[in-house]
Amino acid sequence: MNVTTRPEKLTPKDYASDQEVRWCPGCGDYAIVRAMQSALAEMQAPLEKTVFISGIGCAARFPYYMSTYGFHTIHGRAAAIATGTKIANPELDIWVISGDGDSLSIGGNHLMHVLRRNVDLQYILFNNEIYGLTKGQYSPTSRVGTRSPSTPAGSIDAPVSPTEFAIGCGARFVARGIDSQLKQLPQLFMRAKKHKGASFVEVLQNCIVYADGIYADFTQKSMVEEKQIAVEHGKPLLFGKDRTKGIRLKPGRMEVEVVTVGAGGIEEKDILVHDETNKMMAHLLASMESPEFPVAVGVLYCEPGPTYDEGVYHQLDEAIAAQPKASMNDLLRAGSTWTVE
Amino acid sequence: MEGSQAAGMSKARREEVDDVVIRFAGDSGDGIQITGSQFTLTTALAGNDLATFPDFPAEIRAPAGTTFGVSAFQIHFGSRDIKTAGDAPDVLVVLNPAALKVNLGDLVSGGMIIADTGAFTDRNLKKAGFDANPVDDGTLDGYQVVAVDITALTLEAVKPHGLSQKEAARCKNMWSLGLVYWIYDRDRDPSAAWLNQRFADRKEIADSNIAAINAGHAYGETMEVSAGKVHAYSVAPAKIAPGLYRTVTGIEALSWGIIAGAGFAGLRTTFAGYPITPASAILHTLSKMKQFDVTTFQAEDEIAAAGAAIGAAYAGNLGVTASSGPGIALKMEAIGLAISVELPLIIINVQRAGPSTGLPTKTEQSDLYQAVYGRNADAPLVVLAARSPSDSFDVAIEAVRLATQFMTPVMVLADGYIANASEPWKIPDVDAYDKFPVHFHTDVEGFHPFMRDEKTLARAWAIPGTPGLEHRIGGIEKSSTTGNISYDAENHQVMTDLRKEKIDGIAKFIPDQDVALGDDKGGIAVVGWGSTYGPINRAVQLLRTQKAKVSHIHLRHIWPLPPNLGDLLRGYDKILVPEMNTGQLTTVLRDQYLVPAESLSKVSGMPFKVTEIEDAIRDRLETKK
Repeated sequence: MNVTTRPEKLTPKDYASDQEVRWCPGCGDYAIVRAMQSALAEMQAPLEKTVFISGIGCAARFPYYMSTYGFHTIHGRAAAIATGTKIANPELDIWVISGDGDSLSIGGNHLMHVLRRNVDLQYILFNNEIYGLTKGQYSPTSRVGTRSPSTPAGSIDAPVSPTEFAIGCGARFVARGIDSQLKQLPQLFMRAKKHKGASFVEVLQNCIVYADGIYADFTQKSMVEEKQIAVEHGKPLLFGKDRTKGIRLKPGRMEVEVVTVGAGGIEEKDILVHDETNKMMAHLLASMESPEFPVAVGVLYCEPGPTYDEGVYHQLDEAIAAQPKASMNDLLRAGSTWTVE
Repeated sequence: MEGSQAAGMSKARREEVDDVVIRFAGDSGDGIQITGSQFTLTTALAGNDLATFPDFPAEIRAPAGTTFGVSAFQIHFGSRDIKTAGDAPDVLVVLNPAALKVNLGDLVSGGMIIADTGAFTDRNLKKAGFDANPVDDGTLDGYQVVAVDITALTLEAVKPHGLSQKEAARCKNMWSLGLVYWIYDRDRDPSAAWLNQRFADRKEIADSNIAAINAGHAYGETMEVSAGKVHAYSVAPAKIAPGLYRTVTGIEALSWGIIAGAGFAGLRTTFAGYPITPASAILHTLSKMKQFDVTTFQAEDEIAAAGAAIGAAYAGNLGVTASSGPGIALKMEAIGLAISVELPLIIINVQRAGPSTGLPTKTEQSDLYQAVYGRNADAPLVVLAARSPSDSFDVAIEAVRLATQFMTPVMVLADGYIANASEPWKIPDVDAYDKFPVHFHTDVEGFHPFMRDEKTLARAWAIPGTPGLEHRIGGIEKSSTTGNISYDAENHQVMTDLRKEKIDGIAKFIPDQDVALGDDKGGIAVVGWGSTYGPINRAVQLLRTQKAKVSHIHLRHIWPLPPNLGDLLRGYDKILVPEMNTGQLTTVLRDQYLVPAESLSKVSGMPFKVTEIEDAIRDRLETKK
């Protein structure tokens, strides 16, 4: 099962394992795994230093389809396990693969802490707004009214927004992509890997069996330009077929609105310019929902800060430097001792 | 006191005694634990054997003066070998009425009471539930009472050092320590040195406390000389094997043993924990040992702590986590993962009284079922138990050996008593231990992650970062021949059998069960595990001096059990198993060997008394014929 001789240049195929993929035909996950393989090939990520760690759910099968190291763990705990792996060996490049139930129901606590600690890893959350592997129950990201085997009369609890949750937890890199974005998704993964610290990427993913078409209003080809806005640092928040629609701050209010440049005295200078280091702007972009707003995709927020693993090794190195020849025999003999003749 | 000898007529008319039990008791804020640990240190330095039992409330600072806020520290020391913290105190030092109320019932008849009358105010008496002052209403008739206004004498003694009234009054524990030092002829210098070090940046506090010790000591001397009011004793050094000694608590020994074991395995350590009484102290201890390349991680919850330790093991570190019963319950799913992917993992359970929150600061050994059986599916792992604070060091090393050599989680059972108690420890030479270096798998030829060592059945440990060995593992069943996911029915049978066979097979790699005291057959076998070692051993020792046919067997390896244990047990007429639970090891022994093991159960949150075990054995001796 192992490649003993390595090709000089790795291609996307070299990142695929020999295991038969078992997702449903037409599942959005196929596109995401391909995007990952091409992103890794683009970066020539060393196979042996790349580790995929997942919890439980459809998305969590991901590591089996990669030819890197992989650890398929238990429901909701991938972030905690990945944190242990990273602090044990900071040289490893770790990708956590998870779903909306895994990340935001059973694993909500661990996601919060891996983000606030800023452990240097990438966290990819496949959001399909449904529990797939357990056959279609509503999830913490399902919209109110979702009919499912466990909510035949429609769900009544408000959903959580993954990107807003991440920003609220103190994440320093928050991005959103869509499974069907064959070109942009690898780029997004590359940005995530380049960022030092916890990089959170929500991928809107279509579950063809239990929640087919939930994102169709803004992902189907005819709607992309009108209903999505690809945000880019330093560029005005413009969208639409002829890029005349834009996002601006409502005068006198801390909220955004969609306007048309050239209509009602609106000029391009009124349109907000994306600043990915601005947390308030990230919040506003993350909260924009269809149909009132275009859905923001791309890097919503990126503001690097000290990472947890750096801090761990800083303290470790200091302690070892202070006592480079620490011996257990000396430790046991330190303090009050006495000799019995 | 056992076996008092004739009084010597030395300079202070000291009566020589073999062993003494002293209990210091007072309010949670009175510094009782510090007083006890100082007396422990001094007594160890005096060459006595000793055992201690710190007993404190779950509340950090319960309302002052209440019975539920009483903290106590018991020490048993002597010129013979000391195996327990003592059944009943000979001396009771009480710094307030509540401490007297709670502890008086335990004192031996005719025992000594040292009471701070300055704290016996109407208000405090009422809070403790006394209608009248017990010091002078006849309640204490029959005891040897030393009633002193310790508070006032302390304030007087520390006056020159200019502390506030409140700070000055806090030195009264040291005054009482000084008096007890005089009574038992202890050296004051080690405590003075400790105070000077502890309060190096507040010299006035160190000086005040030292002045309080000296004042208490002087009080004893003066009273003895003038009125013969206070008896003085001496306790000769014990006959102890020569060597260099220190005192050690179970928490320290477990923490150091883990790091020593990691050194023998050649591994770095990642310890992940979540605060829980009484296990948190392991996290505290290890977090100060970073110079040994130990990473400590305070996780967001118990599950994350277990997860992070597993993640670290996956990366090739020694992954360790610790908790107490309720926290172990939370970790159990993750432990199942470690069993399924066959990664080494150390789980320390400092058991406490339960179920649920139970009595968090009280001891029990009721998690044996949880350790051996408490997981979903057929999920065997290794279970070890420490018998005493110092034994915890070797048990921790054994845990690392078995975890890394057999690629398995190992559960180490300690308990609240072992964790907090201290005893003298002949410091081992760490360099003299057998090493067991780990060799990570690097050979690409024929590799798959579940290829096994023929002898141990341990799977290959190939860590991320190793070129050419990229592989995937997970909780889904895997093929025994390729390591890939497998839903095959026969393969699951094979893998389940292999996991069981691997753990069962460890019995071949552990020592035969020995007999701690007594004969290897005939009569009664008293079988124990964990912290019941002291009281069982002392009870058996006492009965054997009376020619009773009784032996003591104490288990370190709970799962798998030592290979000869069944045959050994079958050689006795009766088997008695004292446990601080309702009979868990008893059930296991009966199940494994079909032997008529009988349970002696105690679940009061307190260790067994020697007399309780002695009486139970005697009952069985008498009913034998």
